[in-house]
Amino acid sequence: MSATLVALATIFSQLSLLAFGGGNTILPEMQRQVVQVHHWMSAEQFTALFALAQAAPGPNMMIVTMIGWHVAGWPGFIVSTLAKFGPSSLVTAASLHAWERFKDRPWRRYVQSGMTPVTVGLVAASAALISHASNQAAIQWAITAACAALAFRTRIHPLWLLAAGAAIGATGFGQI
Amino acid sequence: MATDSRVSAADGREVGVGELFVGFLRLGLISFGGALPFVRRAVVEQRRWLSSEEFIDLLGLCQFLPGGNVINLSVAIGMRFRGAMGALAAITGFIAVPSLIVIALGVVYAKTQHDPIVHHMFGGLAAAAAGLLVAMAMKVAKPIVRSPEGIFVAAVIFAAIALVRLPLLPTMLVLTPLSIALAWRRQRRALSAHKDTVK
Repeated sequence: MSATLVALATIFSQLSLLAFGGGNTILPEMQRQVVQVHHWMSAEQFTALFALAQAAPGPNMMIVTMIGWHVAGWPGFIVSTLAKFGPSSLVTAASLHAWERFKDRPWRRYVQSGMTPVTVGLVAASAALISHASNQAAIQWAITAACAALAFRTRIHPLWLLAAGAAIGATGFGQI
Repeated sequence: MATDSRVSAADGREVGVGELFVGFLRLGLISFGGALPFVRRAVVEQRRWLSSEEFIDLLGLCQFLPGGNVINLSVAIGMRFRGAMGALAAITGFIAVPSLIVIALGVVYAKTQHDPIVHHMFGGLAAAAAGLLVAMAMKVAKPIVRSPEGIFVAAVIFAAIALVRLPLLPTMLVLTPLSIALAWRRQRRALSAHKDTVK
């Protein structure tokens, strides 16, 4: 039990500090650790938890909370939450003053524009891995493609897209 | 620069720890599908804690640092008004209710995941959530579509993480400095080309 908690703390505090460009960039590594390295759940379960967390209110990394709770109950929930949000929050709090000082330095712009392609690659990897893990039937790939196009092109609220996907899914049409 | 942690709000009021907690608690409840627009409306327009410019500047910092943008924003806003206690109040308020909701959803999922209708419903929900991620990837890619170096770095990262499934830490340690060096070289070249044309 406590070995599990130590593993949760190690994984999520490391991910917390690596999450440049937001939470979605660390999904592949999270999935690798949770599914491949520790075998805490299947890739399909991981994807279902991710989808649930997306449908819930609040910040978008609530999947961490669910993994902690799924793996080790309330202690897992507390350890994962602290490990995921603690380190990055300490960095933010500590950087507040320095940010003001370096506001107009040119290197800040180089670092920022250098980080963008890294974020793009990581978010694209997240999208590919989550799609691959969740979609077994052709109808699911169709839902993914339609949601991607609508979310990219229109201003439809994402919650409607999730609801529509769930409703089409519930009919069982095209799924095994 | 003011080193006093008691900065006042955009309209001159003092913002207390309790107000920070309650403000972010409400935000945690109402912000579905990406919290940023809700946070901006509450912080700038409704509660007037920050001016629009201050908000954009803080958001720039929060996007630059590791961690979720909006989580970092709650910490930065709390810290700005009430120091460490304010930061703690803001982030705790923000994640308290969503945490309980996702755990409740997790319990329901664990109990019903073998029911065929629920199973199919999750098939559709997960496919839709994947689609939102694809759209997100397309949106963040907009600034780099005209930069060959940027596309190259993004493609290498994608291959390393999604196809080869390399661990994130060593991949980032190698590729992030490379990407920053390429961005630096590109902007230096653009700058000297600009100077040449001015001559």
